[in-house]
Amino acid sequence: MQALRETLHETWRFYRKTLTLVLTGTREYYLWCLLLLSIMFLGLLFYLPQVYTGLITTNMKDQVVWGLYIANFTYLVGVAAAAVLLVVPAYIYQFGPIKEIVVLGELFAASSIIMALLFVMVDLGRVDRFWHMLPLIGSMNFPNSLLAWDVIVLNIYLVLNLLIPVYLLVKTYYGKEPNRKFIVPLILFSIPMAVAIHTVTAFLYNGLPARPFWNASILAPRFLASAFCSGPAIIIIVFQILREYTFIKLEDRALFKIAELMAYAMFLNLFLLMSEMFKEYYSNTVHIASLKYLYEGLHGKNALVPWIWVGTAMNLIAFVIFLFPAMRKRLSTLNIGCILIIAGVWIEKGPGLVIPGFVPDPLGEIYEYMPNFTELFISFGIWATGLLIFTLLMKVAIPIASGEFSHAKYIEERPASDWQ
Amino acid sequence: MRDKLYTRREWIRNLCLTALSGSAISLISSCGKEEVEDFLQKHFLEMTREEKEALITRLEARYLKKYGRKFKVSAQEAIPDTLWGYGLDLSRCIGCRRCVYACVEENNSSRLKPQSQWIRVIRLKKGSLVDLENSEHYYNPDLVPEKDFLYMPVQCQHCENPPCVKVCPVHATWKEPDGLVVVDYNWCIGCRYCIAACPYRGRIFNWAEPNVPSDQWNTSVHYLGNRPRMRNVVDKCTYCIQRVRVGRYPACVEACPTGSRKFGNLLDPQSEIRYVIENKRTFRLKEDLRTEPKFYYFFEA
Amino acid sequence: MQLVLLVLLLFLMEVPSSSLARQTSEGFPVPPPPFKQGMFPCSNCHASMELNIKKRELRDEHTTIRLNHAETMRWCLDCHAPRNRDRLRLYNGQLVEFNRSYLLCGECHGNILGDWKAGIHGKRQGYFMGGKRTYLLCVHCHDSHSPRSKPIKPEPPPYRPGDKENAR
Repeated sequence: MQALRETLHETWRFYRKTLTLVLTGTREYYLWCLLLLSIMFLGLLFYLPQVYTGLITTNMKDQVVWGLYIANFTYLVGVAAAAVLLVVPAYIYQFGPIKEIVVLGELFAASSIIMALLFVMVDLGRVDRFWHMLPLIGSMNFPNSLLAWDVIVLNIYLVLNLLIPVYLLVKTYYGKEPNRKFIVPLILFSIPMAVAIHTVTAFLYNGLPARPFWNASILAPRFLASAFCSGPAIIIIVFQILREYTFIKLEDRALFKIAELMAYAMFLNLFLLMSEMFKEYYSNTVHIASLKYLYEGLHGKNALVPWIWVGTAMNLIAFVIFLFPAMRKRLSTLNIGCILIIAGVWIEKGPGLVIPGFVPDPLGEIYEYMPNFTELFISFGIWATGLLIFTLLMKVAIPIASGEFSHAKYIEERPASDWQ
Repeated sequence: MRDKLYTRREWIRNLCLTALSGSAISLISSCGKEEVEDFLQKHFLEMTREEKEALITRLEARYLKKYGRKFKVSAQEAIPDTLWGYGLDLSRCIGCRRCVYACVEENNSSRLKPQSQWIRVIRLKKGSLVDLENSEHYYNPDLVPEKDFLYMPVQCQHCENPPCVKVCPVHATWKEPDGLVVVDYNWCIGCRYCIAACPYRGRIFNWAEPNVPSDQWNTSVHYLGNRPRMRNVVDKCTYCIQRVRVGRYPACVEACPTGSRKFGNLLDPQSEIRYVIENKRTFRLKEDLRTEPKFYYFFEA
Repeated sequence: MQLVLLVLLLFLMEVPSSSLARQTSEGFPVPPPPFKQGMFPCSNCHASMELNIKKRELRDEHTTIRLNHAETMRWCLDCHAPRNRDRLRLYNGQLVEFNRSYLLCGECHGNILGDWKAGIHGKRQGYFMGGKRTYLLCVHCHDSHSPRSKPIKPEPPPYRPGDKENAR
């Protein structure tokens, strides 16, 4: 009983301390949070009419029923899955330099999953009936619906990616060795889960014979390959920023190792794209229509054509950069490559994947979807939410990881009132 | 010892509290009586007879208040030994779209903002019957039929293997014992996965609250059919469930000026649809997908 | 009783002619043939007129009728019974009422009559099961003197997805 009360006390203290940590910071920190909060607020201002008037406030129509939201969702699931690319070398091959950043990478994955889930939520027409999807309380169509699968694996992955880093950080805070018997199986489990979230998300599209553009068995491998490009690219950029603005230490060697893995992934991504292109263009059946719409336009409609060519060019240039060790091992070129990949893969796998699936529609109609301001601002709002969550997580995680914020230190400096 | 207790239990608790605070945010919402009723409403198939009756009384009262019209809401179940099938004579359809508007009126579809139509008539060049990619949806000549074209109305095909039902994450849509694919508009979460899965464009989304002039409501409605819908849910052709379950022809069948549309019970050897299948040259749209539609297009033999 | 009335009322609204549908001797519930006002019974005029079986162009009455139905091989009295104008005449000389005109049409268009009897050619309205129904006669859709269907004006196309009628 006494022990329980003491535990509760300490939990509360820990909360208070992290809250203080989160609420105090430099001017830049405040400005950054304020900026994100205002973008979130703006997004909310657009979201409320969407809920109360209906999705008519977006540019989605019966011809193209999924748009920017689901495009972002798909992309972010990939980004989240890519955390595994950090976990594999760190824990399986015991590659030291990466190990330091795995915790941060996993928190980034968690933030991405939260964004992905938020994108699904804003896309849902009846968000008030969300509970219908919950197992046991609602009526989940498992195992038939891939969307049910996706909800399950995304949530498991989210829990894993919060559990593992939070556990490790709390252990570090109290200066304890983590219990390997507990945490290593979880870490190992998160590897297949990362593959699972992206595979299931690919199958979500893949399992629809009504949409030949998605109904290609190459889709899941393509998803994974592109995820292993875009995810690490973001992580490389994010960690350089963190290195710049916080006292986190990170060797270039770790970044270069990630870059090397990205080079393989990008090769695979381009190779799979080429296989898809060959199959469609050489056989030239009716199923080519969507691909044609995407890459060259169909019946004079070509809204996506400039986008996809820019995206493809970005991916190709980035591949060349990452191919040569000299270039990927220089921060300037590495960063250019990463930014090209982030944008290139977003185009290829966000709008470039979701929209053409609906064009032409099953009865051959072409509606040229482009998101409107509602969709743009809600999307910005969600990205800002994710960044804010990540920022706050970093605000606590980095001091713990670097030893700035620890139980030992706290006991030294604790105010007398604290033990009352 | 104490330290050990801290650490292990601590993060479990931290986690629980985080989850709690998260769910509290999602519970903040406006709570009118109707919203609460709607929010707590069970899945239609899980309701008892009494619950269904209470629901219908509630809906009729609400529609009276909301639309100023006295609705008669039915929840009539499938007639035993029926499996509804549809036939459409492509050699006679002239593409006049009478069926489209008869359907809109019968089924209380939104007239404008957004316009919602369950039937889409597409125009195809003679000689390339299923070249859907080159179909014209917006043809508007002075007179139909036109010399070089034929017309193909498409609506929900009521597949025996409906891909839309398979993908729905919440069982909001299902196949009734008489083969009709229906939606519980109060259970649909509006994810539109079923629309993505449908190869026939048989499903339509209510992008906003339907707009129906108050004097144009059809007040004879079925819970799973033409009752007033709400914003952000999916609806679709039900072969006029409110009519066929009392033995009446669907509205589109009665509206067709050329008699191209045929309807009947596939299990009844004497039915019109069975005559079509046995005596005409029938095909079903996109048969390669093995959705097994119960909608037969046919030609004169 | 109220229900019956309601059903009846619905019927009247739905199919104006259906309330008058009567069973023919073959058992088909058909509405009255689409005579112009005051046309029927034909015997009103014809009973007092002398029969002239010579094929000729009519100048005084029925001048709007343009035979466009194998007109080189037939004329009025091939189908209208010469001695009883309130009846039609089949090839074998049998006289039939106008509401059984499908028998006459079926003498040439046998396959179509077969389809019509099965409910496939032509149109049926009302209840296919249980309640009242109506089978339209051939002549409700086809002008017997010029049976080819005429083109009609289509209803307007749907609005395009980008039109303002589909946005708020």
